[in-house]
Amino acid sequence: MTTLPIEPVAAAEPRWQALRGANAGDRLYRAALTALALTLPLLLFALLAELVASAWPAMRRFGVPFLWTSVWDPVAGVFGAAPMIFGTLASSLVALALAVPLALGVAIYLTEFAPKWLRQPVAFLVELLAAIPSVVYGLWGIYVLIPFLRGHVVPALRAALGWTPFFDGVFYGNSLLAGSVILAIMIVPYIAAVSREVLLAVPASQREAAVGMGATRWEAVWTAVVPYGRAGLLGAGILGLGRALGETMAVTMLIGNRHDIGLSLLQPAYTMAAAIANEFSEATTDIYLSALFEVGLILFVVTVVVNALARLLIWRVARGTAVGSRAL
Amino acid sequence: MSARRWRRRLTSGAMTGLVGALSFLAVLALVLILGDLIAKGASSLDWSFFTHNPVPAGETGGGVANAIVGTAIVVGLAAVIGLPVGIGTGLYLAEYGSGRLGWVVRFVADVLNGTPSIVIGIFAWTWLVKPMGHFSGFAGSLALAVLMIPMIARTTEEMVRLVPHSLREAALALGYPRWRTSLRVVARTALAGIVTGCLVGVARIAGETAPLLFTALGNLNFSTHVLEPMQTLSLQVFVYATGPFDEWHRLAWAAALVLMGLVLLLSLAARWAVRQRSHGSAR
Repeated sequence: MTTLPIEPVAAAEPRWQALRGANAGDRLYRAALTALALTLPLLLFALLAELVASAWPAMRRFGVPFLWTSVWDPVAGVFGAAPMIFGTLASSLVALALAVPLALGVAIYLTEFAPKWLRQPVAFLVELLAAIPSVVYGLWGIYVLIPFLRGHVVPALRAALGWTPFFDGVFYGNSLLAGSVILAIMIVPYIAAVSREVLLAVPASQREAAVGMGATRWEAVWTAVVPYGRAGLLGAGILGLGRALGETMAVTMLIGNRHDIGLSLLQPAYTMAAAIANEFSEATTDIYLSALFEVGLILFVVTVVVNALARLLIWRVARGTAVGSRAL
Repeated sequence: MSARRWRRRLTSGAMTGLVGALSFLAVLALVLILGDLIAKGASSLDWSFFTHNPVPAGETGGGVANAIVGTAIVVGLAAVIGLPVGIGTGLYLAEYGSGRLGWVVRFVADVLNGTPSIVIGIFAWTWLVKPMGHFSGFAGSLALAVLMIPMIARTTEEMVRLVPHSLREAALALGYPRWRTSLRVVARTALAGIVTGCLVGVARIAGETAPLLFTALGNLNFSTHVLEPMQTLSLQVFVYATGPFDEWHRLAWAAALVLMGLVLLLSLAARWAVRQRSHGSAR
């Protein structure tokens, strides 16, 4: 049987001329879908335009030094976002340092070592962590995680590492540490899910070749499978970073909300998202509100850049497949 | 030689144990959070919790009837706005998305998918709350719809793309116009997958708080008027959890348990829909 030279239908002619032969129903259908699809670009344009317009007074008044000024004085009308930018980066990076080994461990276990019957249920349970609302994480963090940190973790950390500047000062509960730990738990499901898909996309021949040369199962994973998916795993981590940067409620409830830059994880800090959540409704002056919009704009730009980077890395490993584009 | 081999085997075994332990730890976190929710919240769940509105601060008792109804209205309205646009965009991407506009829409969807929800919240504030002069449940719904559309669009596209070409070609060969083929044959076949995507999307926005802070705002009274401030479970949990009263903390756990139950129900329904699909397409 010979295959007929039929053009695949999905490869629809992108040119509008192709519509000339189409019937009225088809034209209408295409026009309707196109109109709906145009909503998203219009939304993004409106979002950016609105953020820039609202942030404009603050941008003109404070200029680029807004990024490294650490004064935040609503009464005097002087604003600088340095503490929040620092807090956002610090909490997200600490969270990433905690979450990546955990998530990578989960992904490796589920793709390489776990018994077949265990894989689906465990993967599902870990993904369920992503279904827990942020505000519930916040509640749990305040009443369970912080007492646990105070009772067990902080004394141990202090005993071992108290001489470093990172564990200095009194632990009141709401702190960079508490915010980072809750963020870590929240981003584990995202990193684990994408890492797992990346590892599944590694060809079996990689494993077989390593084992064939006498490697143990762990050596095969660590020397043949993981390096093969390196770019994708990096992408998974950066995707987690993107999530952590923009996370609002749980962090607002746990990080202490203080405009300070300090090295100690035990001290309160602030993030950009938390500042907007806390202060937006009490911003009484126009310049205060505008400064908060500028914080929002910075946050938006940073997350867009981070997410774009993650997608590029993931696409490099799994070109053409939908790895990582699935919303959890 | 044999000592070295032994050591390598030991390392392999130890690392296997380690990654297993890490997986256990991740599952343990879930179990602990759900366990605490039930342990601290379940005892407060009684009939009056579901049927009463909040009482003034300092008094005991009161419930979340207004928040439950508010969540249903705000999330329901968001779904009514967001689902058609999201599904339509997904169909566009799958059917006509090979051109430049398709590339742009796909890219924009991914960008918006990663946008922090608080940013969407202040955007909705400038577009709806500021011009209207007051907070409203409707503004909250729109913010949630914006969060939802890119997610629904991408899952719908993915699901529609899974439909085999032969099906589409068969319908076209029988003289079906393209629009009917797309709706009656292709979308129909991908329906279970699309429904799953929608349920996951609704589950995710049902727990959102940040976009509602400056839009729906919250309301201590019972309200079904979408142009006025409206309470949701997520906002109620936030206010109660960060408030100063023990009574509020008790209610926060109970409200969080109800919210978690709602989200879990939607997630499990989505999973069930997937299962239906895989049974249906088993060859």
